[in-house]
Amino acid sequence: MAGLDLASALIAAAIFAGTPLLIVALGELITERSGVLNLGAEGMMALGAIAGFAAAYLSGSASVAVIAGALAGAACASIFGVLAISLLANQVACGLALSIFGVGLAAFVGKPYESLALTAVPAWPVPLLADIPLMGPALFQHPPIVYLSWLLLAGVIYFLHHSRPGLILRAIGESPAVAHQSGYPVIRVRYLATLFGGAMAGVGGAFLSVFYTPLWAEGMVAGRGWIALALVVFATWRPARVLLGAYLFGGMLIAQLFVQGSGVNWDIPSQWLSALPYMTTILVLVMISRRPSLIRLNSPVSLGQPYRPDA
Amino acid sequence: MTSRRIVIQSAALAAGASLVPLAARAQGSPIKVGYVYVSPIGDAGWTFQHDLGRREMEKALGAKVQTRFIESVSEGADAERVIRELAQSGHSVIFGTSFGYMNFMERVAKQFPKVAFVHATGYKRGPNLGTYNARFYEGRYLTGLVAGRMTQSNILGYVAAFPIPEVLQGINAFTMAARSINPKAEVRVVWVNSWYDPGKERDAANTLMAQGADVVTHHTDSTAVVQAAQERGRYAIGYHSDMSKYGAKAHLTAATHHWGAYYIRTINEAIAGTWKPGNLWGGFKEGMVKLAPLNPAVPADVRERIARIEADLTAGKFHPFSGPIVDQDGKERLAAGQTMNDEVLGNMDYYVQGVASRLPKK
Repeated sequence: MAGLDLASALIAAAIFAGTPLLIVALGELITERSGVLNLGAEGMMALGAIAGFAAAYLSGSASVAVIAGALAGAACASIFGVLAISLLANQVACGLALSIFGVGLAAFVGKPYESLALTAVPAWPVPLLADIPLMGPALFQHPPIVYLSWLLLAGVIYFLHHSRPGLILRAIGESPAVAHQSGYPVIRVRYLATLFGGAMAGVGGAFLSVFYTPLWAEGMVAGRGWIALALVVFATWRPARVLLGAYLFGGMLIAQLFVQGSGVNWDIPSQWLSALPYMTTILVLVMISRRPSLIRLNSPVSLGQPYRPDA
Repeated sequence: MTSRRIVIQSAALAAGASLVPLAARAQGSPIKVGYVYVSPIGDAGWTFQHDLGRREMEKALGAKVQTRFIESVSEGADAERVIRELAQSGHSVIFGTSFGYMNFMERVAKQFPKVAFVHATGYKRGPNLGTYNARFYEGRYLTGLVAGRMTQSNILGYVAAFPIPEVLQGINAFTMAARSINPKAEVRVVWVNSWYDPGKERDAANTLMAQGADVVTHHTDSTAVVQAAQERGRYAIGYHSDMSKYGAKAHLTAATHHWGAYYIRTINEAIAGTWKPGNLWGGFKEGMVKLAPLNPAVPADVRERIARIEADLTAGKFHPFSGPIVDQDGKERLAAGQTMNDEVLGNMDYYVQGVASRLPKK
């Protein structure tokens, strides 16, 4: 029985660790599917984290915190939009600049919040489902934002593959010129996709500072924005694989900590164990996405290329 | 990854180092002192404690001193640039507070022979380059007594950054102390391979607690471990700073560092012209290591024991690494009746008996 409890505690921890990556990567996936490559996830997450933390501290409400995080992330992404979409600046350079800017600005505005602590947001067990042995505590005893991230996944899948606006978005990502000729508003759609990506990065940041740690400190995002970006690529822009990658990463992270803490006598250097989540996630995603024809099918052809609709 | 704060106590400073004639100052003008920090000051942690020391020194010396600090200086080419800039802009004394600055300080020190360079936790010294460090393991020993006494499950969790001698000294001192009061206690170590990643530190603490640890401590820079324990209703022991405000019920105590007295003394010597590059490794005796106030839950018997050992540490009558010391494999590392010398201590690469985790072979 104790083993069962431990197993569900581990799965629950893995899901919790994977959730911010899932949210940020899904947002980035939408942005990239429209043909815009925004590498600023780390910076947008940092701003979302401080905005979310400050909002949670001042209002006492986790919902307000998530909204504040989304707004901060979207505001940050709008700067990127003006530069990269309207002014046709190099997207890679803008994204990198945004990353550095976001982390720095977050540290600057976050100074007064450094010493403060929030109480953790309590879990909200789903009625009935939470009582299932093993899977109940593992899957259905989380704060509501974890369930919302599943709805987000369902929404993204539906939008991209089963709705007309999703088709338009993908068409713009494939060939903005053709989409423009067909009468679709390339620039507007790219802006909306970028703002959505920014908002989700902000929510991911707020998840870290309000639900996950919960504290605000400079540098607390600690590279998770970059991991989310990599997840999108290795999942070949497929939402369900993003989920797999995010949870696999979270799972390996928790598993290697668990192995270390168990006192089991394995002579594996801890550096190897720390690298394990990265290696496993890349390996598995590359294995399942290894068919070149499918990669071509899913990767947005115009990714990273600025587009100016000539009259 | 350059790990800072490695302690390698090499041969003692060459005898008879001469006084360094510091750059001349206009009569009555304040001495300029520069600090280079590796991370943001924040509100707790390694750099925070150094900045606390700087402010203490500034307060004590008043108009006689003018300080400047630069935070978040990474341990690369940036560091050399920052250190040189401080030297060029008329700073007479420059403190570098991270291990990875060592080679850069050495290089700049050679170019500015009239500036005093003082490097925390390094082992390279020169005619105008001194080092200082604290015996963190002394504080760890006292916290181990608290942990050993307070645990019910006899499993103690330790979240650690990198397997370097300084961290191993802490783990081993903690373990030996815990087992001196509770022979059934065992310590489980989780390496996060990062000095600072609150999310990972928290996950590590939660994993340890899920595996039965009811007292957790950490050798990393954030307050995440203390907060995680507070949420779970377990106990935690802080590090670097008193972290009680992050978890009043959980926080049993903390092993803290204090640099203020050392900074005051160094600057006074620099003003008087008597500064010499030294090599100080200070502990309770020098006031560089202290124990944060104990949680009210800590019972009187262990309080007395801690007070006694603390007094002995301060008087120099007790050394945490006194024989017999037996490592995990049962090999005797130090015979009964001996104390470990600084050089051996600085090369520590094993776990003592009582640590349940394995240290991977190199």
